[in-house]
Amino acid sequence: MAVAVTSAAPSRQIDWLGEHLPKIVLAPTFVITLFFVYGFILWTTFLSFTKSRFMPVLTWDGLRAYERLWANSNWWTALENLFIFSVLYIGLATAIGLLLAILLDQKIRGEGVLRTIYLYPMALSFIVTGTAWKWLLNPGIGIEKIVRDWGFESFTLDWIVQPDTAIYCIVIAAIWQSSGFVMAMFLAGLRGVDGEIIKAAQIDGASTFKIYWRIIIPLMRPVFLSSFVILSHLAIKSYDLIVALTDGGPGTSTWLPAIFMYKMTFTRNEVALGAASAVMMLMTVAAIMVPYLYSELRQAGKSGHG
Amino acid sequence: MAEPSAAIAGSEGTSWLRVLLWVILILFALFYLAPLYVMVATSLKSVEEIRTGNLLALPLAPTFDAWVKAWSSACVGVECTGIGRFFFNSVKMVIPAVLISTLIGALNGYVLTKWTFRGANVIFALILFGCFIPFQIVLIPMARTLGILGIASSTPGLVLVHVVYGICFTTLYFRNFYAAFPTDLVKAAKIDGAGFFTIFWRIMLPNSLPILVVTVIWQFTNIWNDFLFGASFAAGGAAPITVALNNIVNTSTGVKEYNVDMASAMMTALPTLLVYVLAGQYFVRGMMAGAVKG
Repeated sequence: MAVAVTSAAPSRQIDWLGEHLPKIVLAPTFVITLFFVYGFILWTTFLSFTKSRFMPVLTWDGLRAYERLWANSNWWTALENLFIFSVLYIGLATAIGLLLAILLDQKIRGEGVLRTIYLYPMALSFIVTGTAWKWLLNPGIGIEKIVRDWGFESFTLDWIVQPDTAIYCIVIAAIWQSSGFVMAMFLAGLRGVDGEIIKAAQIDGASTFKIYWRIIIPLMRPVFLSSFVILSHLAIKSYDLIVALTDGGPGTSTWLPAIFMYKMTFTRNEVALGAASAVMMLMTVAAIMVPYLYSELRQAGKSGHG
Repeated sequence: MAEPSAAIAGSEGTSWLRVLLWVILILFALFYLAPLYVMVATSLKSVEEIRTGNLLALPLAPTFDAWVKAWSSACVGVECTGIGRFFFNSVKMVIPAVLISTLIGALNGYVLTKWTFRGANVIFALILFGCFIPFQIVLIPMARTLGILGIASSTPGLVLVHVVYGICFTTLYFRNFYAAFPTDLVKAAKIDGAGFFTIFWRIMLPNSLPILVVTVIWQFTNIWNDFLFGASFAAGGAAPITVALNNIVNTSTGVKEYNVDMASAMMTALPTLLVYVLAGQYFVRGMMAGAVKG
């Protein structure tokens, strides 16, 4: 609105193009977003209501795909795994991130080096992470073999080949990859804490432990929220890491919704079922992201800018 | 970020606590470093040494044979032409995709903060939501669209996909950055008769270095590391390196050459690792700009 006032007032030569140029520049992105994001969401949603199998077809089939989805035992496996994975991954990555941030905030010499070491896995592709951990967790050649070579003959670490425990291997690798990032977020949060509050508490004779537990950690609420949103988002989308580490196996024991969607759509000729599972994933993400984005944007609007 | 915060915990405190602190910090450092060390060490060993030796042992006779083999003759599926050409596939994909998405993001951020119009905020919210959709929701329509456009299984196709789903992030970064850019400066330039693009090229861009670096690094890392789009839309000869790596590791014919697997993994990891080492602080800032905005 400020634009219209300042640019229109002094000279009258502002032509149509000049006035609409900003909109024209933004237009391609707007059109791209409408088509490739919202159009595609509608497209996939539509397909989930059809009889599509090998190829997308337009024959209406109502809620049949959803009925089949919720009757599919692999889908339930995927949901169960997503639940186990999310709880452990989000919980442990947050705990480790917070712990490391607090420890690093104790005037550590060489903090920069340690921070770099904790954070570098975030720069790697999940495929690389999966490849490395697949090798470490392989019972015949990895950690199990090292410990046995050290003389602990009965030591066993064969989680990755056991259907009941393979999902925990994915948790380990995922935590390895992202906990450093959570640490960086908490560290930035800790650095933003007002020193005066802490000094006041110290004068009152509060112990370090108490200061953290009662004052500083509660102040980290926004960081907890951000890291929860990011990690849950990563968890729901998890695909690459599982492909590289277990490819969903043994059997279907480490399927997650993203794996289910891909296998159904591209290898099992169940396009409608794949589309239905993608819609469920989108709805789950939206349930977390929309309220978060809404509150973030509203806050930004309140504080005002420009 | 570099300066430790106001003194909190007793740095004078009991020394055994200090020791414990260091023990925990170092154990975690080992946890994060171990996989990288094992990858590097294994890639420098011979198959024979891997079979007989300890995983953690340093290579007795370091050799780059596995690296050479990974680059030029490792089997990716049925073709044994090495990972090298897929490395260049990724390079050819990542450079245009990063440049185009960054430029569009810069222009969008400029419009959304300095030339706002009625409804601009709604448009921004619509764009922003695109950053967070699970990409599974677009896979089927995108496969079809790329087919119709005649760029399925090609590098240009992947560039399009990465630009399309990258501009929401680049727009977000530049919008947040330009929101803090003095609007008076832009107003003054407008009064002096400077046009839309003059202001962008002469005033905005020269002052955008920090956010340019953050955006380029973010986009580069994300696009280089992508697997889902690569596997879905370019699984053949145009596959990016992540897809090729996964194929090499899962090729089950012949003797398993773990050293070649690890060398391939290192080649996939090196470009982004290098960026991280050279510009780590921007990297962190970029990741957090996507998370804690403002």
